[in-house]
Amino acid sequence: METILSVRDLKKYFPVKAGLFRRSREVVKAVDGLSFDLRRGETLSLVGESGCGKSTVARLILRLIEPTQGRIMFEGRDITSFSRRAMRPLRPALQIIFQDPYSSLNPRLTVKDIIGEGLRRYQRLEAEQLRERILEIMEKVGLRPEHYQRHPHEFSGGQRQRIGVARSIVLNPKLVVADEPLSALDVSIQAQVLNLLAKLKKELGLSYLFISHDLSVVEYISDRIAVMYLGRIVELAPSDELYARPIHPYTQALFSAAPLPLVGRKKSRIILKGDVPSPLAPPPGCRFHTRCVHRQAVCSESSPPLEELEPGRWVACHFPLGDGRA
Amino acid sequence: MRPDPPVLSLEGLKTFFKTEAGLAKAVNGVSFSLKKGETLGVVGESGCGKSVTALSVLRLVAHPGRIVSGRIMFRGEDLLKLPLERMRQIRGDGISMIFQEPMISLNPAFTIGDQLIEALRVHRRISRSEARDRAVEMLRRVDLPAPEKRIRDYPHHLSGGMRQRVMIAESMLLNPDVLLADEPTTALDVTVQAQVLDVMYRLTQERGTAILLITHNLGIVAESAQRVVVMYAGRVVEEGLVENIFEQAGHPYTRGLLSSIPLPGRGQGGTGEPLVELPGIVPSLFNLPSGCSFWPRCREKRRICEEDEPPLKTLGQDHRVWCWLDD
Amino acid sequence: MFLRRLLKNKMGLIGAGVILANILVALLAPYIATHDPLKIDITNQGALPSEENLFGTDEYGRDIFSRVIYGTRISLYISVLSVLVAATLGIILGSTAGYYGGWADNLIMRVVDAIMSFPAILLAIGIMAVLGGHIYNVVLALGFVYIPWFARVVRGSVLSIKEKEYIEASLAMGGNDLTVLFRHILPNCMAPVIVQATAALAYAILAESALSFLGLGAPPPAPSWGNILSDARNFMLDNALMTIFPGVAITLAVLGFNLLGDALRDLLDPRLK
Repeated sequence: METILSVRDLKKYFPVKAGLFRRSREVVKAVDGLSFDLRRGETLSLVGESGCGKSTVARLILRLIEPTQGRIMFEGRDITSFSRRAMRPLRPALQIIFQDPYSSLNPRLTVKDIIGEGLRRYQRLEAEQLRERILEIMEKVGLRPEHYQRHPHEFSGGQRQRIGVARSIVLNPKLVVADEPLSALDVSIQAQVLNLLAKLKKELGLSYLFISHDLSVVEYISDRIAVMYLGRIVELAPSDELYARPIHPYTQALFSAAPLPLVGRKKSRIILKGDVPSPLAPPPGCRFHTRCVHRQAVCSESSPPLEELEPGRWVACHFPLGDGRA
Repeated sequence: MRPDPPVLSLEGLKTFFKTEAGLAKAVNGVSFSLKKGETLGVVGESGCGKSVTALSVLRLVAHPGRIVSGRIMFRGEDLLKLPLERMRQIRGDGISMIFQEPMISLNPAFTIGDQLIEALRVHRRISRSEARDRAVEMLRRVDLPAPEKRIRDYPHHLSGGMRQRVMIAESMLLNPDVLLADEPTTALDVTVQAQVLDVMYRLTQERGTAILLITHNLGIVAESAQRVVVMYAGRVVEEGLVENIFEQAGHPYTRGLLSSIPLPGRGQGGTGEPLVELPGIVPSLFNLPSGCSFWPRCREKRRICEEDEPPLKTLGQDHRVWCWLDD
Repeated sequence: MFLRRLLKNKMGLIGAGVILANILVALLAPYIATHDPLKIDITNQGALPSEENLFGTDEYGRDIFSRVIYGTRISLYISVLSVLVAATLGIILGSTAGYYGGWADNLIMRVVDAIMSFPAILLAIGIMAVLGGHIYNVVLALGFVYIPWFARVVRGSVLSIKEKEYIEASLAMGGNDLTVLFRHILPNCMAPVIVQATAALAYAILAESALSFLGLGAPPPAPSWGNILSDARNFMLDNALMTIFPGVAITLAVLGFNLLGDALRDLLDPRLK
């Protein structure tokens, strides 16, 4: 199976502003050594709580921000140090859907302008062809032709998100990064957009990097899931296997904590102690050890690498659960 | 066996907002009761009126909102008829409330100790040092580490989860009969949410406080509540025991909501069965549909749904639905 | 829909009406004025208002009514041009500072701060003293003095809009800096700029009058309102009415812009959230 996106040891450190002349000494380690491959046609999800760095990953992959270290390969090309000009021809193939339907659309533009911006830049189309293409895409995402000249404020949150989806697919991308596309929507609308994303994936042969904090959604739409904690991946596995048998203690706690609309679920919940540490001062060794019930001495000393424990199941833990050693 | 009288009871509550754009019927005839010590989930999406309902109970609805009719019975009195001074005594003491964003409810200019002590001394004649002791004790009960030190912290020193726990502590200081919790965990991470819900549950169990748990998250309701009220566009559409609602939902909206949520095992990379979605969007409160507010989105609607407001139907023990359909 | 809301705002309508009246008067001056505003008539100095001279005459026998009418042209001309100059330069500076940040931001904003540290009128006086009296110099002076207002407002807008996701969306769609600035950022900054412009117009009219009053504005015999006021000063004890007419004209124009500006601020800001 062909790899469309490959990330190796990706790091992004943000310096903490320290005034006009002082050199800043503190850094926020938003992403701290991320590695994964995304295969053509698959949906890989990045899931994690606040501070885990998943939104930063989206921007790194799109090269909207500069990596501090590491490599990003898209369709076999190393785009890690690509300038904006170098990225330009790649843009149609690599698109993004944003989280906030209210700030991701320019309030002064119409649907036609928003979806058409990319078309006008990358394709030489006659006015009539442009119009047809836009209407075609609008229909695909469930918008009606009369929405063509309307402005964002005339739409609901769910419809705005559809406009955002339309914008992202109009240039026939290969990979779409979806950064929390459902988080700002009502539950019933989430289902609509989720169905739409699944349908488009099938119809257009898309690959998705799906970023979310919502485990149910992620489990539904993903082929594989990567669980992130404080800038690193702690576990990576096919989604059904991950749900059935989480190996990393954090993954276990995460799944156990996420409420499901089912009555009578066993209330043996794993309640983690403490809060997510700040990415300004991540704990030494294994990032998770401060909250881990199974921790031992080595956990605070050295950081476990992400290793393939079983075929397709990667875990970064000194004592992975269910491995017999815990 | 005589059933316990409810500790809080809403009857026909209507709260409207008169704005330039028209009259928004945020709460449009809501009735339900909260039993002593129980957790009642109030569930619904944006615009359904659940938050305004809670604010109405404490008469905290700001202009241009106004409670136009109904009764709110608490300890044998109609809260809507009480003089403001009595209402102030009840707030925090008989009925307390916690909100979604603890950063807004906690004053950033004062230490959390000061705020807790003030909350106590407004309602009880006790000395400052005794108030301080009680505050420290309550912080300990909400699992805040090193409470004697924390009491001197300012809100911005604490994380979101901690702040929410401080809010819970503050709201429970006076042993209220009812705790109104308006989306208490929505702004929190999932693992922190579990902690906070756990604390809330434990404390209220110990003291027999009833919780009105307002949320859009059906999962939280399923796991934390005994009974549920489902709201849509300012009205209650279904009410009953949690098992009834989740396993045998009677109202098309409730059923639609439940089928919108992906459950584990159905996914298959998004190539499995599509979720059964609810078509359309929530109606504008300025322009509610005639008859049953849900009919534009209802797959099973009939003519009468567009014309008349649906009647109450009892589906079983402690399971009521407001719908024209027969099951 | 926007028009409907404007029509509901009574103060705004009054303001708009006053400004419209001013514009009409300025355009139709030759048809409204009863005399040649520059024609001197020594035999009719300091006359009180009469049928012949609606507002009376000044110390040179010129008809004050006609002078005030033609003065509208000068006031509007100078204020509109100078605000255009200030706004254009302010937008360029403010958006550069806001968008690129770093040392460009620091440099530009310190220059802007320097300009702002002088009271506007004093600075204008100083510039006029150097440049000499001429209508275009007044435009330049006032245009320069009001740059900071626009620069700051635009910089603030740009800073907040820069963070919006639709900017990232444009970049992700291959947009370059210029595209992002002109197509996405600036159009969304216009609301506060327009509000600021109406305030600046009001101030510019006042400033022009002040400069002319001091003899540093449009050179005589141009009938700017400030000049009319200045001329009338000598006659104040004999014929106070002479000062009132240009004063009222100035007041009305300034009031008009202020009212319209307030109304626009209310109308534009919440809508663009």
